[in-house]
This record gives sequence, C-alpha cells and structure tokens, in this order.
Amino acid sequence: MAQTHEAPLATPLAGRHEALGARIVEFGGWLMPLQYTGILEEHRAVRSRAGLFDLSHMGELFVEGPEAAASLGYALTSDPSSLKVGRAQYSMICFPDGGIMDDLIVYRLADERFMVVANASNAGAVSDALAERLAGFGVVLDDRSLATALVAIQGPRAVGILAPLTNVAPDGLHYYGIAEGQVAGVAAMVARTGYTGEDGFEIFVDVASAGRIWDVLMEAGESAGVVPVGLGARDTLRLEAGMPLYGNELGPDTTPFEAGLGRVVHLEKTGDFVGREALEKAATDGPRKQLVGLIVRGRGIARHGYEVFAGDRRVGVVTSGTLSPTLGEPIAMAYVTPSDAGPGTILAVGIRDQRVPAEVVPLPFYRRPT
Amino acid sequence: MVPQDLRYTKEHEWIRVEGDLATVGITDYAAKQLGDIVFVELPEIGRKVDQFAPVGVIESVKAVSDLFAPVGGEVVETNAELGTRPELLNGEPFGAGWIVRIHLSDRGQLGKLLGPAAYEELTQEE
Repeated sequence: MAQTHEAPLATPLAGRHEALGARIVEFGGWLMPLQYTGILEEHRAVRSRAGLFDLSHMGELFVEGPEAAASLGYALTSDPSSLKVGRAQYSMICFPDGGIMDDLIVYRLADERFMVVANASNAGAVSDALAERLAGFGVVLDDRSLATALVAIQGPRAVGILAPLTNVAPDGLHYYGIAEGQVAGVAAMVARTGYTGEDGFEIFVDVASAGRIWDVLMEAGESAGVVPVGLGARDTLRLEAGMPLYGNELGPDTTPFEAGLGRVVHLEKTGDFVGREALEKAATDGPRKQLVGLIVRGRGIARHGYEVFAGDRRVGVVTSGTLSPTLGEPIAMAYVTPSDAGPGTILAVGIRDQRVPAEVVPLPFYRRPT
Repeated sequence: MVPQDLRYTKEHEWIRVEGDLATVGITDYAAKQLGDIVFVELPEIGRKVDQFAPVGVIESVKAVSDLFAPVGGEVVETNAELGTRPELLNGEPFGAGWIVRIHLSDRGQLGKLLGPAAYEELTQEE
C-alpha cells in the first residue's frame, strides 16, 4: 500500500492530467491534480453543471465470505449486516480508545461481499487494521486499491451525462446505492455517492479501463459543460457541504460523536466491536468538543489551525476554512467547547493580529436545490 | 516576458518608480502560483514600512501569503478596488491589480531589487 515515505504513486490518469495542464501535488502518497483551470471555475462548474474527478488514490478493500457482515460489524462502528445488497453506509473505523482511524463508505455488493472505501492517506493503515480485526472470521480480505481506479462525475447534469453510457440506470439508483454493470462497454460498479453536496456518481473500474471511462465521460459531457476538477475544488465543495475531511475534522484525537457523526456509531448492534467500550463511555459522558460551522462576520478568512475565542477565552480551533465560492462569504468548521457551540453564538477567530467576529451556524453551509 | 520598465523582488513583487513614488504589485507568475485570489489585506495609509517587511496579505482559495514591501517608506495609497475585486490580481497583475503606493525613503534601496532579466531567470529556475 501507499506509504508516505515511499515515492508517490501515479494514478492511471496521470498522463491525462498532465495533458490538461493540471497543477500536480502530492496527496496521501499519490500525485494528484490540484487544479486544472482554477479552483473557483471548477467549483462553480460542479454546482451548476458537472465535474469529473480522478479519485483513483482512494483505497478499495473487498471483504468476502460467510461472515463478511459480522466481521465488519466487529471491525467498524456501523452495522453492515443491516445493509441491503446494493446499498451503502457511511461508517468509521475507530481505535480501541474511540478515536477515529478513518471515515469510510461500506458498500454491500452481495450477501457475503462488501467493498470498503478508505481515504488514500489511511488506506494502508485501514487495510492492516482490517487484516488484524478480521482474522478468525470466515472471510477473505482483498486489498484492491492499486488495481482499482475511481472516476466520479458530480453535479446536476451528471445523471444526464452518465445515463446513455451505462446499463445500470443511474436515475433509478438510490442515493448511497451501488449497481454492477457496464459503463462505455467496460465492467464497472456505479455508486450514487460523492463528496461535493451535489447529485453524482462514483464509478469503480479496473485500472486498465480508467482511461477509457475518463475519455468517454469527458466527450459525452462536453456539450453539457463538464470540466475536470482537482483536489482544490473538491475541498471547497465538501466544505460548503459540511462534510468532514480526515486530518482536518477527523483524527485519532476525535470521536465520531464530537465530529457530529454519532449516527455512524451503532451502539445498539449486537456483539462487541473495536472501540465499543470507549464509545459507550463517550456517548454517556458527552463530547469534550463539538464541531461547528462558522461564518466570519468581518474581514479575513479563517484557516486551518487558527484559534477561536469567546471573549478572552480560547474555546477552540479552526479545522478547515475558505472563502465559500457559492455564498461569497468566509466559511469555516471548528472544534469549540460544547457550551459555545449553539447556533447564533458570536465567537471570534484569531486572524493574524486581529480577532474577527464569527457566527456559529448550522451545517451544512450549502444544500443543493431540490 | 515580464514588463521591462519594472523592478522585481525574489518574493515576486514588482515595483514601478516615478519620482519618489513606488507602485507595488505581484507578478503574473506569483498570481498564477497562488491561484484564484479572493482576499487582499491592505495596510493603513500612513503606515511606515521597512524594505522587505510585510505590508499586506494575499489570500487565494487555498493559501495565505505575505506581500513584502520592495522598498521602505510610507504607505500613501492603496488600491481600494481590491476590496470588492481581489481577482484583479489574477486578471491584471501589472495594471489594475496594483496593490500599494509607497513614498520611498531611500532610493539607494532600489539597488537591491532585480531587473527584468534577472527576475525572469529566477522564475525559470523555480
């Protein structure tokens, strides 16, 4: 698996990114496009039309066998046995002390076959942890991260672009649903998932087919205004949608409850799971900190690491922040003490030598029109 | 090609000197590196600044970077239009995207700046 001390990996679409003039950065052990034409333009294309993303850096871990559901129920915080075939759930893998190792999407592909999708930077650690936690269960773990490419098409026009190219009927697919079939004549799994706050799809294919999928989607989407989108806009899109990012909002010092994601911890499920005792205690004790949305009500942009104050008290720290391309206002997520987390509370963010007022607002900042 | 009538810093500022007045901005190269610029923090009029000291802040969607004064002196004017149109730094970095005017205190400091050819060489090395 990708380890940060090794030379960064290139996705099967690296040549296309280069030809498109992308600026390339290292992320999670991979060389990835940061932006093609510009973050704002790419961001707006996804909100109004459609964008194409290379997400081949993500980790794909397959778990198969008669005890697949039970073994994942032990390894993760959610309850994959409750999933119907063809459906997915947002989940987390926690350390025994309840801290977050990674956030995941778990897809049930068949009764006894699941796919777990992990963040690139954690894929190796998650793969190792699953191997350890699944030992003794009647399952086989197959880490197909390097053999699997992932291309996402996101935005209001995504369904219209994809539908004529595939036999999986994307318009009939549930949100958080997945179907196996073909896209452009290539074997693919199509999921109605994403990280942008828009309708859209994630298409998993063999690495050998990634180029074809990318080219066909670019061409089919041309008249609809599809553009390639890099990690820069992916970050501003997910932030507007109030979605957490591992390393910013999520990490080993944070429980799912503190991140506002207690819904992924299924304490009611039967049997033990890694982190249960600590998470039960965390649920009873209440969070030490709470993730909030902030809108800066002054001049300046709150950034990762900036301190948050209530009067003279330091009450927290900003985890992510940018100027929201959609709202035109500076938005941020921050961890603050729970007593300062109520919507409407006026806090302040330390921006250089100033304390700039910021209002606590409910997440997400952006909800797509329905 | 960068404009030939300007001087430059290693931090990618440009400066146009007319008499004792120096107009300062960032180069096209710098604007491209930063990406979409969404916020410019301008200094107060009258502020005294040393050569190569921070005199403002430029924020793109992704990053925060300091603007350094190519010469020491007193800030006499700032480009108020950047308050509502920070994207001028991307679109017209050498023109409407100018940032501050400094009344320079010591013309000798100009000798520490780069000419167009030396600056161009620097950007090609980076």
